[in-house]
Amino acid sequence: MAELLPIKERTKISRQSMPEQVALERAHNFEEVNLGLTPEQAVLDAQRCLQCKKPTCMDGCPVEVKITDFLELVVKEDFLGAAKKIKEDNMLPAICGRVCPQETQCEVQCKIAKNFGAVSIGRLERFVADYEMAKGVAPEKPKAKKLGKKVAVVGSGPAGLSCAGDLINLGYDVTVFEALHELGGVLVYGIPEFRLPKEIVRKEVDNLRKMGVEFKTNVVIGATYTIDELMQEEGFSAVFVAVGAGLPWFMNIPGEALAGVYSANEFLTRVNLMKAYKFPDYDSPILSCVDKNVAVFGGGNVAMDAVRTALRLGAKAATIYYRRSEAEMPAREEEIHHAKDEGVKFEMLTTPIELLGDENERLHSMKCIRMELGEPDASGRRRPVPIEGSEYVVPIDIAVVSIGNGSNPLISQTSPDIDTNKWGNIVADEETMKTSKKGVFAGGDIVTGGATVILAMGAGRKAARGIHEFLTGGSW
Amino acid sequence: MYEITEARFLAQDIKLLKIYSPPIAKKRKAGQFVIIRVAENGERIPLTIADSDTDAGTVTVIVQGIGKTTKELNRKETGDTICDIVGPLGKPSEIEKFGTAVSIGGGVGTAIAYPTAVALQQAGNHVITINGARSKDMVILEEEMKAVSDEAYITTDDGSYGVHGFVTTQLQELIDSGKQIDFVLAIGPIPMMRAVAEVTRPHGINTVVSLNPIMVDGTGMCGGCRVQVDGKVQFACVDGPEFDAHKVDFNNLVNRNRVYIDHERKSLEKFEHNCRLDQQAQELQSATV
Ligand SMILES: Cc1cc2nc3c(=O)[nH]c(=O)nc-3n(C[C@H](O)[C@H](O)[C@H](O)COP(=O)(O)OP(=O)(O)OC[C@H]3O[C@@H](n4cnc5c(N)ncnc54)[C@H](O)[C@@H]3O)c2cc1C
Ligand SMILES: Cc1cc2nc3c(=O)[nH]c(=O)nc-3n(C[C@H](O)[C@H](O)[C@H](O)COP(=O)(O)OP(=O)(O)OC[C@H]3O[C@@H](n4cnc5c(N)ncnc54)[C@H](O)[C@@H]3O)c2cc1C
Ligand code: SF4
Ligand code: SF4
Ligand code: FES
Repeated sequence: MAELLPIKERTKISRQSMPEQVALERAHNFEEVNLGLTPEQAVLDAQRCLQCKKPTCMDGCPVEVKITDFLELVVKEDFLGAAKKIKEDNMLPAICGRVCPQETQCEVQCKIAKNFGAVSIGRLERFVADYEMAKGVAPEKPKAKKLGKKVAVVGSGPAGLSCAGDLINLGYDVTVFEALHELGGVLVYGIPEFRLPKEIVRKEVDNLRKMGVEFKTNVVIGATYTIDELMQEEGFSAVFVAVGAGLPWFMNIPGEALAGVYSANEFLTRVNLMKAYKFPDYDSPILSCVDKNVAVFGGGNVAMDAVRTALRLGAKAATIYYRRSEAEMPAREEEIHHAKDEGVKFEMLTTPIELLGDENERLHSMKCIRMELGEPDASGRRRPVPIEGSEYVVPIDIAVVSIGNGSNPLISQTSPDIDTNKWGNIVADEETMKTSKKGVFAGGDIVTGGATVILAMGAGRKAARGIHEFLTGGSW
Repeated sequence: MYEITEARFLAQDIKLLKIYSPPIAKKRKAGQFVIIRVAENGERIPLTIADSDTDAGTVTVIVQGIGKTTKELNRKETGDTICDIVGPLGKPSEIEKFGTAVSIGGGVGTAIAYPTAVALQQAGNHVITINGARSKDMVILEEEMKAVSDEAYITTDDGSYGVHGFVTTQLQELIDSGKQIDFVLAIGPIPMMRAVAEVTRPHGINTVVSLNPIMVDGTGMCGGCRVQVDGKVQFACVDGPEFDAHKVDFNNLVNRNRVYIDHERKSLEKFEHNCRLDQQAQELQSATV
């Protein structure tokens, strides 16, 4: 066991760097970029934690993982104990450790962040979760006695999965309905393999299955069954709606209908869910990016995933076009950094205004305009203003529009008694996740609009508590 | 896994399959479709629900083998299974008592038009059906169509059966004969739907077509199925698949549907090559036994 160092010694240890695949190699494969800390690195980094009396790191975590406790267990080399400790608050640490924006959540609030670099909370979370997974630790069977009540969870993204996990532990019969043929939501169809191996998502789902959660793929609520049918005919006492934000926005510029223009959702779904990068062993095709110019419009995580995917599909040039400057890009720092190392190009303060094609309506170029930053807008970010006369034309072969998602209207159209706001998001109580319809709860991206995995998970947990309260005699 | 409870050819390369899925059978309405995936490595493809049997819990689809996935599906026999089926997707046909309604089906489009023709008849319309095929042996659902029609026409491109010519030949003749037509539904290959739209346009006849863009999820998530209608972007899987024929940008649909032509050819060649190898192996085996 590693010895506990005096405080002064601790800050002398430097923040451990993440071993990763060599940039120019990984830019051509779909294997995971980050390789994970070694056990020695993990212990060293955990030792950097000062075990603060008032740990601020926890305030930064949306689900308040007991960070100090788990770090202490890592120092003691009790990696399984550490994993168990995290799971008290976060059911999917192998996933969150990989995709949480730690630099704006737990780690930014770490007291040593400014002077010494934050404790690598996310990487350590990933390390212990991977360790537990490799050891093949079976999930604990729910101990609560069966309550004999059925709850339906709609959508198998992080919100749905975490809600299902809590409900099964409380003694409910839980069925998760998923529209697609695979489980995991954005974790399987959106976030690429090189950032989050699908095997990890599959194992987490398997664990839930072992705990007793029932999964039904190929069921679209609003089409196969309505919510009323679930409650009145299929015997569910409560429903949690966690269908995500899955309706891609386009830019409404001329030429978006050309062949060769994808939404990020389509581009990533073809590659991740349908495995188009393995065509023809898998049947779904994607336009060849080999030696092509691929342009991605947007500056978030989704845009980064799309552009790095294009590189891996063989693009000659894969370029981000973003209308503000790099400082305003919403993507995670690590992703921007990885993208740059791999050779992604960045055209900041530039936006396409027209996509141009040949006589067969195949995209061949685009007209862009340069922008400058003006006054801050409602979001507090400086508003991009077009610079007159700065238009120019560049050749591109494939365009990926990645400017965000609206909410899918299938549920609200078929259950008009569930209130939505002007963007079509479902309105839910912040604490209980109750909607305006009795017995129906909602959480995750369908309520907040596109957000993060951990926020969706937090919403799932709150909903489980809300549902439990309601079903154990609470009023509506 | 979903069981195929019945499989039989209706014409060369056109097969009828009944797939076991009680919730879809119960829920589906005319004009809606399912998305299926034949095997683990397979593509998701949309197929219109031609009919259903709520007692047996089955959904009927009628499939024309034109590429890898449809040909693979058409090799399935009664008792075989497919990986996935999801639905019912898309908006149901908007059926009213229009008066005289003409339902036009071209090729396998006849199967897609059939459930809507049934619904039109049930709504009390005077139903005229025109079904086109390349030749006599490609005519499908002749009896079924007759049973729901007040007038039933068949056209063949080569004149081997029914009226010699295209479905539009017959439609034009009906219009020219001065018949009052209140509604036209046309489903089939894009050139056929476009031609029908042009025949009815000068007469201002309410005309609806069922569009067939390339789809992935079928739930509005990917935007791959987007079509241009009245200058606006519509997602065919959730806003359609039926649209006002006079407002559809058919050129764009044709062009977008062509993007994967090279992939499709490659996929089919590989599949047919493997089928030949399978067959040879089987022949060798039976020869040695
Ligand atoms: C490409 C990409 C990269 C991202 N990167 C990050 C990142 O690095 N870090 C981070 O924290 N967040 C990231 N996000 C955001 C994060 O993934 C989402 O905020 C999160 O997945 C939302 O979870 P959810 O459970 O609300 O919905 P989703 O994950 O969207 O899951 C919803 C599920 O519901 C299903 N569904 C939809 N409608 C129906 C219906 N009618 N019936 C049945 N099922 C239905 C969907 O098929 C889907 O499986 C990323 C998102 C994308 C798209
Ligand atoms: C709403 C809708 C309903 C349909 N109903 C029927 C039906 O009842 N019976 C029937 O035989 N066919 C139907 N189709 C067409 C059917 O989906 C395509 O023939 C099938 O996808 C071709 O796949 P393939 O691999 O065999 O051929 P491929 O060689 O891959 O493709 C041949 C052509 O089919 C189209 N196509 C290819 N992939 C897709 C896809 N994923 N989604 C949609 N179209 C695609 C393209 O136009 C392509 O050029 C329908 C299509 C839509 C959109
Ligand atoms: S769940 Fe995310 S935010 Fe919370 S501690 Fe873990 S990595 Fe940090
Ligand atoms: S704030 Fe940083 S140093 Fe303090 S307890 Fe949290 S992780 Fe450790
Ligand atoms: S098929 Fe994906 S949105 Fe219609």
